[in-house]
Amino acid sequence: MSETLLEVKDLTVTLDNAPILSGLNFSVGEGEFLTILGPNGSGKTVLLKSLLGLLPHGGEMLWHKKPRVGYLPQGLSQMSVRDLPLTVKDFFSLKKVKEEDVMRYLPLVGLGSGVMNKKAGYLSGGEFQRMLVAWVLASEPNILFLDEPTTAVDIAGGETIYSLLKDIWQKRKLTILNVTHDLNIVYAHSTHVLCLSRFGHRCYGVPKEILTPTVLNDIYGADVRFYTHKGV
Amino acid sequence: MESQLLLSLVSGIFIAGSAAYLGTLMLSRKMAVVAGPLGHLALPGAALAIVYGFSISLGAFPFVVLGIVFIWLLEIRTKLPMETLTATVFAAGVATAFLFLPINEAEAALVGNISKVGIYETVAAVVLGSAVFIAVNRSYKKIMLLNVHEDIAKTEGVNVRLYNLIYLSSIAIIVALGVDLVGGLMTAALVAIPAAAARNISKTLVQYGVVSGAFGVLSAIIGITSSAITGLPAGPLVIITSGIIFLITVAVVRV
Repeated sequence: MSETLLEVKDLTVTLDNAPILSGLNFSVGEGEFLTILGPNGSGKTVLLKSLLGLLPHGGEMLWHKKPRVGYLPQGLSQMSVRDLPLTVKDFFSLKKVKEEDVMRYLPLVGLGSGVMNKKAGYLSGGEFQRMLVAWVLASEPNILFLDEPTTAVDIAGGETIYSLLKDIWQKRKLTILNVTHDLNIVYAHSTHVLCLSRFGHRCYGVPKEILTPTVLNDIYGADVRFYTHKGV
Repeated sequence: MESQLLLSLVSGIFIAGSAAYLGTLMLSRKMAVVAGPLGHLALPGAALAIVYGFSISLGAFPFVVLGIVFIWLLEIRTKLPMETLTATVFAAGVATAFLFLPINEAEAALVGNISKVGIYETVAAVVLGSAVFIAVNRSYKKIMLLNVHEDIAKTEGVNVRLYNLIYLSSIAIIVALGVDLVGGLMTAALVAIPAAAARNISKTLVQYGVVSGAFGVLSAIIGITSSAITGLPAGPLVIITSGIIFLITVAVVRV
């Protein structure tokens, strides 16, 4: 049983007078890979941003250890920086990090040192996302917040990113909070899942124990099932 | 005559150089055109300065600050994009200016007055231009990270309000100084054209800032010197020089 890193009590978020989240309670253990699962509009990104202190919220957030946060937001792709004369080296220079630390993390995400002089905006989607993972890791976070980190890459690229993150999570004993609506990710990589729905249904626990067809139906409002192929 | 040219050149170099450097940040935030409407908003202040005989930059500054605060408040209130708001309010500045700007003296407000700049205005241009350059240089990476992704910048500990304040204050100072150099109609060109030209040929962030600043300085030197030779107004010549440099960089990129 891991030690509790974060306790969330009665979290409430209201944006433009519309209640997005109310009375949410859960805790995150140190070293957990917690996936926040739910359909579009269920408040997953709002929850992540509230935990990061980026949105005003009510309720309590108790950190039992000082968090060193790394954040991979949704929608940041190579296209976002294509207009800028920004090399990968320049991109790393935007945060306080030593070049030797950068050089340590690049191989970890499968990139060579030759990438440093390439323009960040002209990397492939997968390369840019791996570069972002290295960028986030270079400041040695103990907790990673990931908001749909594979939306800008294809399916194979997305799976590579998650395998990479899982590998780093295991080696570095990180805690990961990951937002997705993809059930495959939950089953393949997560130790815990927190589900949200537009209709107020919630669940929290170990994926294989709690994600029953009835729960999935409550969350997605449709007949959703997850099939695993054994022995393939 | 020679000392007047020297004062004009020194003022022009400090204003154009720091404006071009700041322009690299504005261009990356797609805000370079905002300097144009702010220049227009400065026109009533420039008109007052002409009527009462004091420095155009001094007259322009409070109006630019008021303009920025007004646009900032409107943005909070209406959630409309900043460029829509600046486009909406800038005409008021021009209209107000022409209500009491003596039309026979309008040239200085419209195309700048750098050829007749005095010693105090030159000192102000050097001090304020240097202050903007230092402020932009020290906060460059933080503001660039803000431009790339504001939420990432916040989680990396960037004080967004502080850096936005530094950024907007720098814009206000540069626009007020720019009204003296190129007039209220062309301030956007001071920040936009050198930065756009630098972006065409730069491969790194450092090159981008250095080349843009250098293009700004070069445009000021060529524009002001050719104004002294031909007798044509310096402001438009500075901007035309900048435009020619931009076209050259376009040709270089194509090669």
